[in-house]
Amino acid sequence: MQENVSSKEDKLNLLKEYLHQFKNLHRAESNLITILHKVQDIYGYLDRKAIEEVANSLKIPTSHIWGVATFYHHFKLRKPGKHIISVCLGTACYIKGANEIFTILKEELKIDKTGISEDGFFSLEEARCLGACSLAPVIMIDGKIYGNLTAKNVLQIIKEYRKKENKEH
Amino acid sequence: MGKLITIYVDDKSYQVEEGQTIMKALDKIGYHIPRLCYHPKLSIEGACRVCIVEVEGMKNYVASCAYPIFDGIKIKTNTPEIRRARRDIVELILDNHPEDCHTCERDGNCELQRLAYAMGIRSRHFSGEKKQYEKDLSSVSVIRDPNKCILCGRCVRVCSEIQNVFNLTYAYRGFKTVVTTAFDLPLSDSVCSTCGQCINVCPTAAFLEKNYTQELFEKLQDKSLIKIVQFAPSVRAAIGEAFDFPPGTSKEKETVAALRKLGFDYVFDTQFGADLTIMEEASEFLERLKNKGKLPMITSCSAAWIKFIEQFYPEFLDNLSTCKSPMSMLGAMIKTYFAHKMNIDPKKILSVAVMCCTAKKYEAARPELFIEGMPAVDIVITTRELAWMIKSAGIDFVNIEPEEFDEPLGISSGGGAIFGATGGVMESAIRTAYELYTGEPLMEIEINDIRGFKGIKEGTIDFGDFKVNVVVAHSLGNASIILERVKREPNKYHFIEIMGCPGGCIGGGGQPYAGENAIPLDEELLKKRAEALYGIDRKKTIRRAHNNPAIRRLYKEFLGKPLSEKSHKLLHTHYNPKLPKGIIPKELTLR
Repeated sequence: MQENVSSKEDKLNLLKEYLHQFKNLHRAESNLITILHKVQDIYGYLDRKAIEEVANSLKIPTSHIWGVATFYHHFKLRKPGKHIISVCLGTACYIKGANEIFTILKEELKIDKTGISEDGFFSLEEARCLGACSLAPVIMIDGKIYGNLTAKNVLQIIKEYRKKENKEH
Repeated sequence: MGKLITIYVDDKSYQVEEGQTIMKALDKIGYHIPRLCYHPKLSIEGACRVCIVEVEGMKNYVASCAYPIFDGIKIKTNTPEIRRARRDIVELILDNHPEDCHTCERDGNCELQRLAYAMGIRSRHFSGEKKQYEKDLSSVSVIRDPNKCILCGRCVRVCSEIQNVFNLTYAYRGFKTVVTTAFDLPLSDSVCSTCGQCINVCPTAAFLEKNYTQELFEKLQDKSLIKIVQFAPSVRAAIGEAFDFPPGTSKEKETVAALRKLGFDYVFDTQFGADLTIMEEASEFLERLKNKGKLPMITSCSAAWIKFIEQFYPEFLDNLSTCKSPMSMLGAMIKTYFAHKMNIDPKKILSVAVMCCTAKKYEAARPELFIEGMPAVDIVITTRELAWMIKSAGIDFVNIEPEEFDEPLGISSGGGAIFGATGGVMESAIRTAYELYTGEPLMEIEINDIRGFKGIKEGTIDFGDFKVNVVVAHSLGNASIILERVKREPNKYHFIEIMGCPGGCIGGGGQPYAGENAIPLDEELLKKRAEALYGIDRKKTIRRAHNNPAIRRLYKEFLGKPLSEKSHKLLHTHYNPKLPKGIIPKELTLR
């Protein structure tokens, strides 16, 4: 859940206020995972400035926080893309070649190890059965299902999203 | 001594002290269980599982590094099943390791290689995916190659537990687990102190110094350059180890001879630089005492320590002595005093330093230490790199005829030699400061309170009308303990010596790798190296920096007197806070 504040400053202030309760604890780092959840609530991901704030105010080495943050899939290390693409890797889709679709998207969008495209426009996630097996293989973009995909038409879909974005700007 | 209990090892019974791990108990009775991630100076990780043994009644094999003994425990160390399991564990570690031993820097000196041999891996059972990471070549001191990493975690532990730098961490998970820095930053942008202890403890070549030997071999052929080299006290105390001499064999004059054979025109001694540092530093200390300057004064010789204070304790930068290190002082004198004396254009000088240290590579590149826009030292190589160059050039170091240093910058006092061991800078500074202050030579020239390998050593020296409280710390971890103490008790000490590496420079990140049957950071090894330096000191007729005739001549002909305007320009500097800011964990600040 993303807290409803917009400016960077507001977010940082919100975080500072939250961290206050941990400051005098002997072992503040026992609460590190809870704290990182809060950071993700506020920012939508683990912002570098926010991690540095946690590290500085609670005296937890930054590398230690990084170790925890990268260990759990739940924590997002970069700002998620504007559009979230879920590729169904459930049995039916898998048999129909979902893995190739995934690879094509990964390469086309230049997805890094945090699951975000080079241009920051898309996030790519794996999903387990979206309940649209008759359309396999399927992907879902921002909740909308696209089915009967092939290497060709999946790239067409991406193209359209990009075109739309270019028009808006 | 604790209670004795009976343990059974491979059906033989032994009486051992209770309250220890299987590995420690077995070490004492003559069984050396194979091991990899274990290190006696670091916390127990139990990550590699190489040290497994069978304990009767246990369903699984146990890691002997972590499992405690108990009365009546029955241990099997060498059954065919255990041997097979250990073999497979090591092969699985090898499995995603690059198979490039014959082109690897640590070929022949790699713990993984030795282990694979000892486990009897003569053919391969498994084959799987290899890691594919970019090397991190960003730092001028330390390079990181995650492909060679076997995730034993010794670097992570030495960086956090001994050095308190906390730069390295395990990140990500499963096959993607990697040792990296916060935010995967390149080492050059991280809080890395460049001390190089990760290199010393790494069993493979996942950490190495940035190598400058190729460049140096080429420059040594350049006829237009005057090639001048200096080497640190600790280099002579350890380089012999790389040629199978027992630790503690001093190879001072042999190193001089080898450097000449490599093609250097002049071989000078960093110990001269050390004597010069003492002249300036002792005078600075007395000046601060007299004029109520900032105290305690902290030494500034150790390059890793300088980077550490800039990032972790910038609030103490004014306590830092403004003196440059012996290497940089000597470098500055080579390019000014010596160049002038010999009528050489300083731009034509190639100034090289052989150091026990990886951080000195970083120091040499610092713009705040440049002399008239030039680096005082152009290339820094480590003891290891020099040993390799000597071997590579086919120089017979073992039988080499010893040679003397060149004059005048090769003449040094015993005080310069002991710089390499923890406490040595303080001891030498006190020898000179005492005499400068009281006008009398210090009778007890060997100050035993500040010798030895205790992490933090305190002493009080009676200067007649007042007592000087000194403290000495080696390793950055101990340094931060002292600084936290100074925060609470600002008037406790007058003078602090800090060396970035355990044991001082003799334990530097550029020293020869611990060979077979030796352990990096081992105190016994460090003691022997230190003894080599104390031996050099004892043999010198001149043991106090201010009595060094070459130093006296330098002041007479060139500098004037300590802290003169010229000294300030060439031998002193100021350091500034650096980002990212390092973080000292709360447990430590409370200690």
